[in-house]
Amino acid sequence: MSVAPPDATTAPGRVGSSTLRPDGVPKTKGAFAYASDLQDERMLWGATVRAPLARARITRLDIAPALAIVGVHAVLTAEDVPGLNAMGQIVQDRPVLAENEVTYWGQPIAVVAAEDRETARRAADAVIVEYGELEPITDLVEGHERGLVFREHKARRGDPEAHGEVAVEGYYEVGTQDQAPLGTEAGIAFPDTEGGVDVYAVSQWIHVDHEQIVDCLGLRPEQVRVHPAGMGGAFGSREDLSLQVHLCMLALHTGRPVRMVYDRQESFASHVHRHAARMWYRHEADRDGRLVRVEARVLLDAGAYTETSPAVLNNAVYFAVGPYQCPNVFAEGYAVQTNNPPSGAMRGFGAVQSCFAYEAQMDRLAVELDMDPVELRLLNALETGDRLATTGQLIEEPLPTRAVIEAVRSLPVDADRPGNDPLGLPGGTGLTTPPNSVVRGVGFAVGIKNLAFSEGFDDYADARVVLTAAGVEVHTAAIEVGQGMVTILQQIARTVLGVDQVAVIFDDTSLIGSAGSTSASRQTQMAGGAVYRAAARVREEALRRADGDDLTGAGVWRDGTVVATLEELCGSDPIEHEVRYRHIETAEPDEDGQGSPHVDFSVAAHRAIVDVDPELGLVKLVRIDSAQDVGRALNPQSIIGQIEGGTMQGVGLAVMEELVLDRGRVLNANFTDYLLPTFLDAPPVQSVIVEEPGSWGPFGAKGFSELPTISSTPAVVAAIRAATGKALTRVPVRPEHIVGIE
Amino acid sequence: MDIDRPRSLDETLAAAGEYPDATLLAGGTDVMVEVNFRTRQVRRVISLRGVADLSEWNGTRIGAGVTYRRMELGPIPALAQLARTVGSPQIRSVGTLGGNLGTASPAGDTHPFLAACDASIEVRSRDGGTRILSWSEFLTGPKLNALKPGEVITAVVLPEHLPARQEFGKVGVRSAMVISTVSACVMRDEEGRTTVALGAVGPTVLRAARAEEMMSAESHPSAEALAEFSRLVSDEVRPITDHRSTEAYRRHASGVLARRLLERCLAA
Repeated sequence: MSVAPPDATTAPGRVGSSTLRPDGVPKTKGAFAYASDLQDERMLWGATVRAPLARARITRLDIAPALAIVGVHAVLTAEDVPGLNAMGQIVQDRPVLAENEVTYWGQPIAVVAAEDRETARRAADAVIVEYGELEPITDLVEGHERGLVFREHKARRGDPEAHGEVAVEGYYEVGTQDQAPLGTEAGIAFPDTEGGVDVYAVSQWIHVDHEQIVDCLGLRPEQVRVHPAGMGGAFGSREDLSLQVHLCMLALHTGRPVRMVYDRQESFASHVHRHAARMWYRHEADRDGRLVRVEARVLLDAGAYTETSPAVLNNAVYFAVGPYQCPNVFAEGYAVQTNNPPSGAMRGFGAVQSCFAYEAQMDRLAVELDMDPVELRLLNALETGDRLATTGQLIEEPLPTRAVIEAVRSLPVDADRPGNDPLGLPGGTGLTTPPNSVVRGVGFAVGIKNLAFSEGFDDYADARVVLTAAGVEVHTAAIEVGQGMVTILQQIARTVLGVDQVAVIFDDTSLIGSAGSTSASRQTQMAGGAVYRAAARVREEALRRADGDDLTGAGVWRDGTVVATLEELCGSDPIEHEVRYRHIETAEPDEDGQGSPHVDFSVAAHRAIVDVDPELGLVKLVRIDSAQDVGRALNPQSIIGQIEGGTMQGVGLAVMEELVLDRGRVLNANFTDYLLPTFLDAPPVQSVIVEEPGSWGPFGAKGFSELPTISSTPAVVAAIRAATGKALTRVPVRPEHIVGIE
Repeated sequence: MDIDRPRSLDETLAAAGEYPDATLLAGGTDVMVEVNFRTRQVRRVISLRGVADLSEWNGTRIGAGVTYRRMELGPIPALAQLARTVGSPQIRSVGTLGGNLGTASPAGDTHPFLAACDASIEVRSRDGGTRILSWSEFLTGPKLNALKPGEVITAVVLPEHLPARQEFGKVGVRSAMVISTVSACVMRDEEGRTTVALGAVGPTVLRAARAEEMMSAESHPSAEALAEFSRLVSDEVRPITDHRSTEAYRRHASGVLARRLLERCLAA
C-alpha cells in the first residue's frame, strides 16, 4: 500500500501521469458540441406537454388547437406510441406518454414538432388537457403503510438474540437531492429512408436505451441506432430514458429531423432524483466499542415508477452498516411508490442515504462509550479478509479502510481561525456574521460502496482496438459524461501499445457491443479493462507478425532495432481485436440477503471543519480533507477532480441541495432556488490518494468516483453537530434546524 | 416582437407613451428569466440600454440605469454592501436600480436601503410629466408597484444627508448568489435617530417603527436595549413560510440581523 502525492507523474500520456484531457480546451472555449448544440438544416423543434399536477385523471385531451397553428407538423399522444407505451431498464412501467392518468408532476402527456422552438412551445401550450385531480400520495410512511412498495430487501445475519452492552438509536431523514447536471436533456433524431431512425441524445448507456426505444417504437433492433452525444454532466440522471422515444416518434411521424432541448425546469421535472429516505437505526456494541448488533429499517421514496429503485434500495441495505464489521445484522428496506418526483440513480446509489445514518450512529456510539469517534471507526474497520456485515460476503480484494482513516487523521488540523474577511465567514457576502459569533466544529466520516454491477448481473464491456499506420483507434460505447473516459482509455491504450497516437471513437449501437453503463464507478475497470485486453492482443499480434520483442510508434523492434514500421506492419492490413470483458461472476443473495452479490468495493474518508453562526444557523465550511482508495492512480489530476467535485456534491446535500415539494410539485425547479455550492462555498480540499492495487482493474486501478459523495455529507453534518451540540438528524441541514426553530 | 431603441429620455418617454403595454428592458436580469421560463409574454420591448440620461448619478440623485456594479464601487456604504450581494459579477454588471424597483420583489435587494433612508422614486411619462413617490407609495405589494401605463422609472432621489453609520446585511443559505431569506438595512444618525428596514419578510420591504422609536431614544444603548430592539423587530416583521424558509426562522433572523447591523453602526 502506498499513499501517493497527487502530483505524481510518469511518462507523459501514459498510465500514472496527469495527462490533460483532449476535450478540455474545446469545452473551455465553447467549441465542444454538446447534445444541445446538435442541429440540422431540415430539422423541426420538439416540445412537450407536461402535467401540472402530481396525480390526476386525464378527463379531456384535445390536440386540435395545437395542430391548427401554422408551422406545427405533429402533435402526438399516447395513442401514437407505435409499440409498447412503457419504459424502464428494470421494469418497463413508465409510460412514454401518459394515458388516462398522470402520476407525477411534469409527466409528459403529448409531444409536438414545429418549424421553430417558439411555435413548438406555443403549440404545446395550446393542447387542451383537463384533469380530475386526485389526492397525491406524498408521504413515504403513508405509502409504505398502504403497501405501495416496488421492492423490499432484507439482510438477516447472525444471532437474533445477540445484544451489546451499549446501545444507541436514531431516526434520520434525507431530502430529495437532484443531480443538477449543467447540460439539460437534449438530442436530435433523424429518420432514415426505410422506416428506421438514428437518435443522438444524452445517455449513460446507449445499449440499454436502444432496447427500450426499440420496444416503444415497435421496430426491429437494427432499425434503431442510438448514438452518444456530448454531455454536460450526468451523475445518474441519464440512466433512464428522457426524450429519446419522443424524438424518434416525432422524426418518424414527420419524416424530418427533430431536435429538443429541455429548459431548466423541464430538466428538473423529467429526470430521476436521489431517493429521499427515512431511516431507523439501533447500534449495539460491547464496552470496548466493538459492534455487536445493528438493526436498520430504510424507506426510500421511489416516486411513481420503478426506474432503478430496486437496485438503489438493495444497495442502501447492503451498505446499511458501512465499512464496519458486525456479526449480527438485521436490516430491511422498502422502495415506496409515491406521487413525488421519480427517483433513480444518483452518484452513490443508495449508499449515500445509509452512510448519513450509520455515521451519525457511530458518533452517537462514541459519545455513549466516551471514546474518540475516529478510534471507534478504526476498531471496527472492515478490511480484506473480513466479511461485509450485511451479506457475510468475504472481502477478497484490497480494502484499505484503516489506511484512508489514518491518512485523513494525520493531515494537519490547524486551519486558520476565522478572520475578518466576510467571505470566509458564515453568511459570506451577506455580511451577517462577525467573527466573534462563530463556533468551530470538526467532523469525521467513512463510506463504502460496491464497484460495477452486482447480484449476478451479466456485467460486460466490449471494446475494439485497431492498429493502423496512423496509430491506434479505440472503439467503445462507453459514455464520456465529463469524467475523463476518453483520457483514461487513451492512457491505457498508449501504455499497453507504446504508441502515442490514440483516437478514441465513441461508436453507436450498430457498430459495437455494449460497454455497460457509465455508472456504478465501473468504466475504468470495465471499458478500461476491455481496452487493456484488446490492446494487449493487438500488441501480441504486432510482435508476432514482425517477430519482434517491443512495439512503439516507430514500429516493431527486435534486439533494439526497428524491424517494421507501422506502415510496413499494418499499412494495408490493420491489426484489429475486439474483446468482451467480464468481471468475475457475482450471485443474487439468498432470502436472508446472504451471499456474495458484489465483485469489489471502495472506501473513502472525510474530515470536515466548519464555522457555524449558531444564532442565525449559518454554516461556513472551512476545509474538508479526504482520503480515497483508488487501487492504482491512472490519472492523479483526474482523480483529484473527481474527489473535489464529488465532495462538493456531498457538501451540497449536507447544507443546501434539496427539491422542495408541495403536493408532489417541485417548488424550486430552477437554479435560483435549487442551491448548489458556488466557489465561495467550496473550501480548500486536501485529497490523499491511497494506492493498493486491485487484482482485476487495468494496472490495478479501481473505480471510486461515487465515494467522495458518500462520506462528505455525514462529515460536514458531524462537524456542525460538534460545533452546535444539536442532533441534526436530517439533511440538508437548514438554518432553522441549527437555530432550533421550525 | 417589436423593439424600440430610444437614444434619449425624451425618446424613451415617447415610446412608452405610444406603447404603454411595452416591456421596459434594462439589464434584463429579471425580465429575461421570466421570458425564458415563459411566465411573461413580451410583445414589444423598449430597450433602455442606449439611454445615457438614465445612467447618470449626481450625488443624491441616482439614475434608474445605474448598475449594481457601479453601486458596489460607489461612495454610499450600505448601497455598496447590498450591491455586492446581488447575483454574480455578470448580473451585477447589467442589473440596474430601476430594474429592482420595476420588478418590486419583496426580496428586492435595494429596497431595505431605500426604505431605511426614506428615498423617493422619480417616475416620468410623456403625458403625465414627473411624479415623485416615496418608497412606500411606490412599492405597493409583492411584485406590484405604483407605475402607471406609459410611465418610466427615471431615478431614485436620496435625502440630502445620509447618516454616516449605515449597514446592510442579507441572510441566505449560500455564501453568494442567493435570494435573501431576510435582508435588512440599519441607519443611525448623529442624534441617535435610528431607522431599520427589512426585506423578504412582508409583502413589501417594511420599516420596524416601534423598534426605531425605542432605539432612537437610546443615546448609549445597553445590551438590554439591543435585545429589546431585536425583539421588537422580530415582532414587527410579517414573514411567510415558502420554499426558501419558514415564517418562524425569518422572524427570528430579522431580529438577530437588525441587532447585529445596529451593533456595527454603534461600533463605527
